[in-house]
Amino acid sequence: MRTVYVDNAATTRPRPEVVEAMLPYLGEKYGNPSSIYGIAREARAALDEAREKVAAILGADAREIIFTGSGTEADNTAIKGVAFANRQKGDHIITSAIEHHAVLDSVKRLEKHGFRATYVPVDSQGMVDPADVEASITDRTALISIMHANNEVGSIQPIEEIAEIAKKHGVYFHTDAVQTMGHIPVDVNRLGVDLLSLSAHKFYGPKGVGALYARRGVRMERYIDGGGQERNRRAGTESVAGIIGLAKALELASAEMEHERERVSRLRDRLIEGVMDRISHVRLNGHPTRRLPGNVSFCFEFIEGESLLLNLDMLGVCGSSGSACTSGSLEPSHVLLAMGLPHEVAHGSLRLTLGRYNTEEDVDYVLEHLPGIVEKLRAMSPFGTEADFGDASCAKCEDAAQPVGKAR
Amino acid sequence: MMWDASPPEAARRHDARDEGGDVCRDGHQRVLVAMSGGVDSSVAAAILKERGFEVIGATMQIWPRSLPVGDREGGCCSVAAVEDARRVASMLGIPYYVLNFQEKFEHEVISYFAREYARGRTPNPCIRCNQRIKFGHLLRKARELGATYIATGHYARIRRDIATGRHLLLKAKDARKDQTYVLYVLRQDELARTLFPVGGLTKEETRRMAASLGLPVAEKRESQEICFIPDDDYRRFLREYLPETRRPGPILDLEGNVLGEHEGIAFYTIGQRKGLGIASMEPLYVVDLDPEKNAVVVGRAGDVMAEGLVATDVNWIAFDRLEEPMGVAAKIRYYTPTVAATVGPRTPRAAAPGHPCGPGDVSDAGDLGKPGDAGRVQVEVRFASPQRAATPGQSVVFYDGDVVLGGGVIARPLRDLLKHTSSK
Repeated sequence: MRTVYVDNAATTRPRPEVVEAMLPYLGEKYGNPSSIYGIAREARAALDEAREKVAAILGADAREIIFTGSGTEADNTAIKGVAFANRQKGDHIITSAIEHHAVLDSVKRLEKHGFRATYVPVDSQGMVDPADVEASITDRTALISIMHANNEVGSIQPIEEIAEIAKKHGVYFHTDAVQTMGHIPVDVNRLGVDLLSLSAHKFYGPKGVGALYARRGVRMERYIDGGGQERNRRAGTESVAGIIGLAKALELASAEMEHERERVSRLRDRLIEGVMDRISHVRLNGHPTRRLPGNVSFCFEFIEGESLLLNLDMLGVCGSSGSACTSGSLEPSHVLLAMGLPHEVAHGSLRLTLGRYNTEEDVDYVLEHLPGIVEKLRAMSPFGTEADFGDASCAKCEDAAQPVGKAR
Repeated sequence: MMWDASPPEAARRHDARDEGGDVCRDGHQRVLVAMSGGVDSSVAAAILKERGFEVIGATMQIWPRSLPVGDREGGCCSVAAVEDARRVASMLGIPYYVLNFQEKFEHEVISYFAREYARGRTPNPCIRCNQRIKFGHLLRKARELGATYIATGHYARIRRDIATGRHLLLKAKDARKDQTYVLYVLRQDELARTLFPVGGLTKEETRRMAASLGLPVAEKRESQEICFIPDDDYRRFLREYLPETRRPGPILDLEGNVLGEHEGIAFYTIGQRKGLGIASMEPLYVVDLDPEKNAVVVGRAGDVMAEGLVATDVNWIAFDRLEEPMGVAAKIRYYTPTVAATVGPRTPRAAAPGHPCGPGDVSDAGDLGKPGDAGRVQVEVRFASPQRAATPGQSVVFYDGDVVLGGGVIARPLRDLLKHTSSK
């Protein structure tokens, strides 16, 4: 059976060049970069080089890059680190309702420690309004954290505008760029952010390594205590191979970005249009144009995304619905709910995320099988069918956004 | 249709479906096995795979986020169960999915459980879960995945009566493990799509088979407790989950004298002796919980005994409807043996109103009906000898030999009124 991997927002397949670059550091070049002898210096030199590369791509200085164990750790470090270091100045944090749980749960943790938080809403297309952010700022606001692009619906946020607002009010601004890094241009100065998180395995690098950009002068406590690695900002022996892999993957992604972005966007549009043409009572989630090149997110009315996904899996199509929790079961998406979708519609979501290894044939394979699955599930649906209450249900959709279903 | 064939004869005419009969003859039928990671459901999956079914394993994730329970070990659907089941599925080489039933479980089982207690009843959440979740939503999910059958590790057997075409539910081969008490709610269309692969094995045989297949044989904590109350303290659970259950009121004797105060009727069960906090010459037992007066009614040991009961939301398996009284073996609790009884049809609302020991209108008493049930069937049961604690909210299940005739939810006990007054 054919396998069509269209879950590139969950993780990506590491590029062979990346694996190759890492291999020596999993073998003969095993030195601890903090030690003083030859093989350690070799590891240290590679680490420094990787840091320079990443910094250059981000438009940052090498001293502003902190390597971490994941994008999640970078988010935790930025939010908790800045909050605790600046508590005297301010104890209020602003974030959005559609952040990744690495951000949302970090902020919730801070609330348990006595901080206050504002979760700005999003519109029906999953976009944050910078005016809402500005209106939420108080003289106690210490940090704003708004993601660069959403992992579920792909909407790209107006980071530059929010950064200006943050600057005007003298508030630190963090963005979670885990979904955008390597896929669309990310330059910390153009974006105007003070802190930025990224993760290697989202751009064809290895799992278990991420990075945090922290602009010089940002007051931040360290989150992981221990040794003095990463200029005393993140303890623990560096994952040298992982960091080499991250840098290599980022280098490759940046060099090919323009071409890949266009190619993947074309695949995305082919998939979106194909689904819209073939299936009725479906809506596209997220912004129609300001969206990630690989992101396709739909809600199919009358059915559960879970059943859809499992049927796709049986045909070799790897997608996702909502966000996977630790046990692998599916939660109704907090993102779709925040966008105002009715609960039962949010349950019918399907996210397919395309990447560099996908082809037109992959898209056509999905288009060949998806309509039949949707039709079959709708025929068994406990929510009724189009004939039963198509209009009523569409009216519900209209409250949230324009319905994009086409009757055939 | 009346139950006219003698049950053992009917049982003999079966098609031996649970022993690998005709179902797999036509090749690769797909079956979804509800897996807990324990020995029974693991062996169930292994047996079906062995017989040529296309087996999909699945575990329902039911823990709601709102549940105020710290310890989430144990139970058939816990996170630990997911990890165990996933490992077994991978050993068997079958696809495995975790299916999210959190909201459904909370709405249809947990809140039902709490509401029933709040009304002075003693619910059985396992029966409710089987009816609504396992053989309701999970069965539907199985069909969405293209499966013809759902299978579980329950100890029970299903046979098709060739003469009538009905699917019969029979006790397990291993009588000590029999679980038919919690399965009487299955309807014909559900039984037709259900397989119990270990129902024809003894527990020892199941264990041996698991060992020979290299599957984990370790026993999960036997689920006598309720899966969403791992510490077995349902009172604490109710206080946290439904704080309004803390509603103090009077403890009355059968004559209506106030003997003390209770914490809330939800925290008492019929037949309970301890924890009443009343000094008395004779031991006192809870004989009734009256939600209207918010009263706990206590009496002497003899007052707990009931001559019979009224049951509602009756599901008949062996036949469509009961037309005249019949002799049965009745089971009124999971862990008590059956007792001889006569069960007869009862017309709803025909009972004399205002029975002093009853919880009010019987037509509103049960809550185990499925949405869309044509009507709530009621029956009246008379025991051959008085029984302790026929408890509203628990189920009564009727047997004829190994055959499960059907069952229902106990609405109220029937007690000899004269006895109470004469025993003064």
